[in-house]
Amino acid sequence: MKKYIRNLALLVGVISCLTSNVFAQEMLQIKGSDTLINLVQRLAEEYMEKNPEKYIAVTGGGSGTGIAALINKKCDIANASRLMKTEEIEQATNNGIKVNRVVVAIDGLSVITNGNNSITQLTVDEIGKIFRGEITNWSEVGGANMSITLYGRQSNSGTFVFFRDDILKGDYSQKMNRMNGNAQIVEAIKQDRSGIGYVGVGYVKEATGLNVLKVATSPDGIYTSPLNSADVKSGKYPIARPLNQYINGTPTGAVKDFLTFELSFEGQEKVEEQGFFAIGKEYEDLNKQSGL
Amino acid sequence: MQISMVNRKRNSWISNSVKEKLIHGFFFINGIISVFVLIGIFALLVFTSFPAFSEINMKEFLFGLEWNPTSYVKEVYGIVPMLVSTLMVTLGALIMAIPLGVGTAAYLSDVARPSTREIAKPIIEILAGIPSVVIGFLGIVLVGPIIAKIFGTHNGLNALNGSILLAVMALPTIISISEDALNNVPNSYNQASLALGATKWQTVIKVKIPAALSGIIAACMLGMGRAIGETMTVLMATGCAPAMPESILGPVRTLTSSIAIELGEVAYNTTHYYALFALGLVLFIITFLVNMTSDIILHKYEKVNR
Repeated sequence: MKKYIRNLALLVGVISCLTSNVFAQEMLQIKGSDTLINLVQRLAEEYMEKNPEKYIAVTGGGSGTGIAALINKKCDIANASRLMKTEEIEQATNNGIKVNRVVVAIDGLSVITNGNNSITQLTVDEIGKIFRGEITNWSEVGGANMSITLYGRQSNSGTFVFFRDDILKGDYSQKMNRMNGNAQIVEAIKQDRSGIGYVGVGYVKEATGLNVLKVATSPDGIYTSPLNSADVKSGKYPIARPLNQYINGTPTGAVKDFLTFELSFEGQEKVEEQGFFAIGKEYEDLNKQSGL
Repeated sequence: MQISMVNRKRNSWISNSVKEKLIHGFFFINGIISVFVLIGIFALLVFTSFPAFSEINMKEFLFGLEWNPTSYVKEVYGIVPMLVSTLMVTLGALIMAIPLGVGTAAYLSDVARPSTREIAKPIIEILAGIPSVVIGFLGIVLVGPIIAKIFGTHNGLNALNGSILLAVMALPTIISISEDALNNVPNSYNQASLALGATKWQTVIKVKIPAALSGIIAACMLGMGRAIGETMTVLMATGCAPAMPESILGPVRTLTSSIAIELGEVAYNTTHYYALFALGLVLFIITFLVNMTSDIILHKYEKVNR
């Protein structure tokens, strides 16, 4: 039995070596953000159906992982739900990589609580205080007398970094549970009445048993929901963010072909199907500057 | 018969003594390779973690109560919460797995009918083959909610959950090796004890288990090694909050999960990168100490037994 398994593994190894050599030219490696992975995988499937001779591999690991892979020349496109840091761009330049940014979709980063929680809206300031650990009981924001359990991502996540830099502007509470992906946060919040977490909007559109909180910039401002596409696109929803793909230099060949497909009317339709939002004029211009 | 043997000897293109030496050398190389690999890993860990301490205070590293190398404000490197987490989860797992494991082993070797054993043993061994990510998933969807219900906590992502899962993972090792040890106790011990009027229970508890103790301790140590080094399961089921653990019902973050979380995204040759190797070194030293202690116990026990 063991021998059989070993032989099988060997065979698979040999075959994959051979095929990877044959298809090396056509194989596109995309790596990074867990927020983007489902979307890009869907786009890649659609694209491969139309171009059977092309092959695209999409893997996750978090934005940090994808960007590190781009810097180390281990992938063609890095998915990132945050912007590259200056040190990362410097590192890339030192490795001879000319970093180029393309925006493929807009995400309304959603703050979620358990469906049994009476809280349905919060201000950006309150969210910041909750995740910094300054507010620890739901009664402090008008809810039941119940301690708050925090659910966030791990430090290799772009969402982790974006939320910290743009909403918290400080460190997460050390008591925040560090979950392994968007889906795990959704799963945990469904089970935890006291929980609060943040995930990409694509992960909550279909989910039940959750409150997707409405968010406002100030207590007397308008509370808007990330599920309302008009509010996210117009920027009224305060935690909207662009979802990026980083590439090396001006896109050419297979990379350009795939990116063009993503940004086409059809590609952007798929983006909306997956629960995210199509990009607006502002980012279309940015993509044009990047050579698309 | 004799002639044919002589012929074979003449026909072989290398003489037997050379063959003997070659075989001897082959096994010697096999033996020495694992020693070199071990030394190599240790050297790599030491040299790669060394630069970390040019920027991190050794005292802060060993006694610091906070670990946050990707901080928005100021990076801090303190491993105490992770050490406590690792020990908590491992000890919890052993407390559950040892009685259960040794009990099962005693049942299999002395109580169960051969036909039962034939079925039970392979099933237990299959348990060892379940991928850790599957066990971690069970921790999230099954064990977690049960813990939350029983203890009235908001969620089940805590040290207890990790302990239970690690106990399950350590069980096959402990059962398998303990059972072998019990089976290796000479049958005369068994017969002598029964002849003196001891019951079957007394024989197992007072004669067989003490006689097989060295093997059982080795089994438990191997189980502990598995529990300390396990990554995916604890990563998924324990919440991974980096704060100092407050109770067995609070989230913990072990050494292994910290390395797994952070090594994927860390920029090469930064203090953070070196610090993660220092974590690996700490982990290495812990497992080394565990193995050495078990070795010392074994030797002491063997001497007493003689």
